[in-house]
Amino acid sequence: MFNKDRWKEILEVLTTNWFRTVLTAFGVFWGILILIILLAAGKGLENGVKSDFGDSATNTMFVWSRNTTKAYKGLPKGRRFRFKLKDVAAIKESFPDLKFVSPRNQLGGFGGANNVVRGLNTGAYNVYGDYPETIQQDPMLMTSGRFINYSDINEKRKIAIIGEGVKRGLYSKGETVIGSYIKIQGVNFMVVGTYKKKNTNGEEGEKEIFVPFTAFSQAFNRANNVGWMAITANDGTSITSLKEDIVALLKEKRKVHPDDKRAVGYFDLYEEYNKIESLFGALKFIAYFVGVLVLLSGIIGVSNIMLIVVKERTKEIGIRRALGENPWSIKVQILMESLFLTLISGMAGIVFGALFVYGINTLLDANGPVDMFLNPSIGIGVVIVALIILIISGLLAGFIPANSAVKVKPIDALRSE
Amino acid sequence: MIEIKNLHKSYKMGSNSLHVLKGINFSVAEGELVAIMGSSGSGKSTLLNILGMLDVLDEGSYNLDGVPIVDLNETKAAQYRNKFLGFIFQSFNLINYKSAMENVALPLYYQKVARKEREEKSIKYLEQVGLKEWAGHLPSELSGGQKQRVAIARAMAAEPKVLLADEPTGALDSKTSYEVMDLIQKINDAGNTILIVTHEPDIADMCKRIVHLKDGVIVEDKKVDQVRASQYV
Ligand SMILES: Nc1ncnc2c1ncn2[C@@H]1O[C@H](COP(=O)(O)OP(=O)(O)OP(=O)(O)O)[C@@H](O)[C@H]1O
Ligand SMILES: [Mg+2]
Repeated sequence: MFNKDRWKEILEVLTTNWFRTVLTAFGVFWGILILIILLAAGKGLENGVKSDFGDSATNTMFVWSRNTTKAYKGLPKGRRFRFKLKDVAAIKESFPDLKFVSPRNQLGGFGGANNVVRGLNTGAYNVYGDYPETIQQDPMLMTSGRFINYSDINEKRKIAIIGEGVKRGLYSKGETVIGSYIKIQGVNFMVVGTYKKKNTNGEEGEKEIFVPFTAFSQAFNRANNVGWMAITANDGTSITSLKEDIVALLKEKRKVHPDDKRAVGYFDLYEEYNKIESLFGALKFIAYFVGVLVLLSGIIGVSNIMLIVVKERTKEIGIRRALGENPWSIKVQILMESLFLTLISGMAGIVFGALFVYGINTLLDANGPVDMFLNPSIGIGVVIVALIILIISGLLAGFIPANSAVKVKPIDALRSE
Repeated sequence: MIEIKNLHKSYKMGSNSLHVLKGINFSVAEGELVAIMGSSGSGKSTLLNILGMLDVLDEGSYNLDGVPIVDLNETKAAQYRNKFLGFIFQSFNLINYKSAMENVALPLYYQKVARKEREEKSIKYLEQVGLKEWAGHLPSELSGGQKQRVAIARAMAAEPKVLLADEPTGALDSKTSYEVMDLIQKINDAGNTILIVTHEPDIADMCKRIVHLKDGVIVEDKKVDQVRASQYV
């Protein structure tokens, strides 16, 4: 079936009318090219958006307290309350499937007043009281020194880890940072480490200062209060499935009415991440949909040309059948011509698409990162799927012409001029 | 070799049908060279096409070398044509993008003969028709007579039991016609059975038997003394 004569004939037929063959091939080429580019663009967008999550543990939720909106157990509504350190212990105890429960306190904020002083330099930075686990939930790259550890927590050491952005603001180039002191709202902390954020929203993320939770509470009079918590579940369990129960437990501990929807605020990173996942799933579907539709018009073009070729070769087919060629062999011949044309032009589309994506990547690399777009790419999986689509459509395109080729009786085919 | 009994054939065209062959009884022995004559529209080509399994009969029976030809599907018919029959057409019907040799090799290709053997055989038959040097040429580079000789070589290539020729000299001038007839006579001398449809009495006289068709029946069937074409070449 796949012998040399067969191939020779396929090439002979397709090369008799170069211009027509190339025009027909272009339809399929274009369809696959668009499919590849759409998929690569979708992947680029996906990579871009997901890199904002960086390496953050996405199976994480954040909880914070607000004012109550319902009176409960003799306590008035509109009451301001705070989580306590023992709530953290209670959560850890009640939910063994949690990996980390990190209480956090915070000073300052975006556009706040200057709160950090070093010599003559001042700056407004976010200052967090944190536990050592924080670095696993919101990964940072230590550029020098170290992060908070448990003896810092236990001994309430007044140490600080500052971002590269803070370092740029408070220090001049070449100055020794590790071991120097900065004054946060009048309290001296010794810098023991600097970090860089892996996420791309880096600039803002690197203007943060981390100090041990216990030292923070003591220095800024937070007693046992907890500003908010970052809670990460173990890999096998989704935080989304636990969040209602965690919030309910916190409400019970803080004597908040169970139906008070406003009192405990939370943000479920996992759910957001999943929403984005399904968004990109939909985007991929659209890319395939549009690409396959464009490809379809190319396939119809191939089918059309094959019909014309069969029409033109009616006489030849008649001669060959008079000489004793099996009708099945003629069918196979037409199908293979169609398949070959589709595959060759489709593969040209894949190669061209890959070159195009490569070019875009080179441009992106040369001109620095672009918001929400990173490293567009096509995986081997996409190529395989594209090839399968091509094979199926090549066969489909050849099906009608192949049948019409053997439907004509040899005597009628011979008579046609 | 060929045995036909009470053959009927009509063509349906819309509501009315045209009765072309109206009860043909006819047999051909091995080694005969038969001319089929008759006026235009008398059904000569129709008869030849039925003999060639390119068309089917409506009524009657047809035996070819003892094999009843009945209810053939396309695959079977193609196989029988390939094994039993060689065709020579008025308009040559060579495949124009294949060389003379490739054209001759086609029936062998359909018999799944290996490439090398195919080439050897087709060269051999081209040599027989005097066109060995033209093996690599396309039909468009050949004269009418040369094309018909390639077609004859192709018809011979599969070593069929019967050669069927529908006006093989119809598109050729008389000198070339005689050359082709000379070739056909030589093939016949070698023992092959040949049927020729023709209009031209001088061509018919070069056969050994002449069958006259008129209005769908055989009106005359006679043996003749063969005129050798070689004397005109
Ligand atoms: N496929 C067909 N459909 C309808 N009518 C046909 C068909 N083939 C042949 N005929 C008719 O059958 C009759 C006989 O045709 P045929 O071709 O056998 O004649 P012929 O003897 O070969 O004539 P000529 O010498 O002109 O070639 C003609 O009237 C022709 O019009
Ligand atoms: Mg005729």
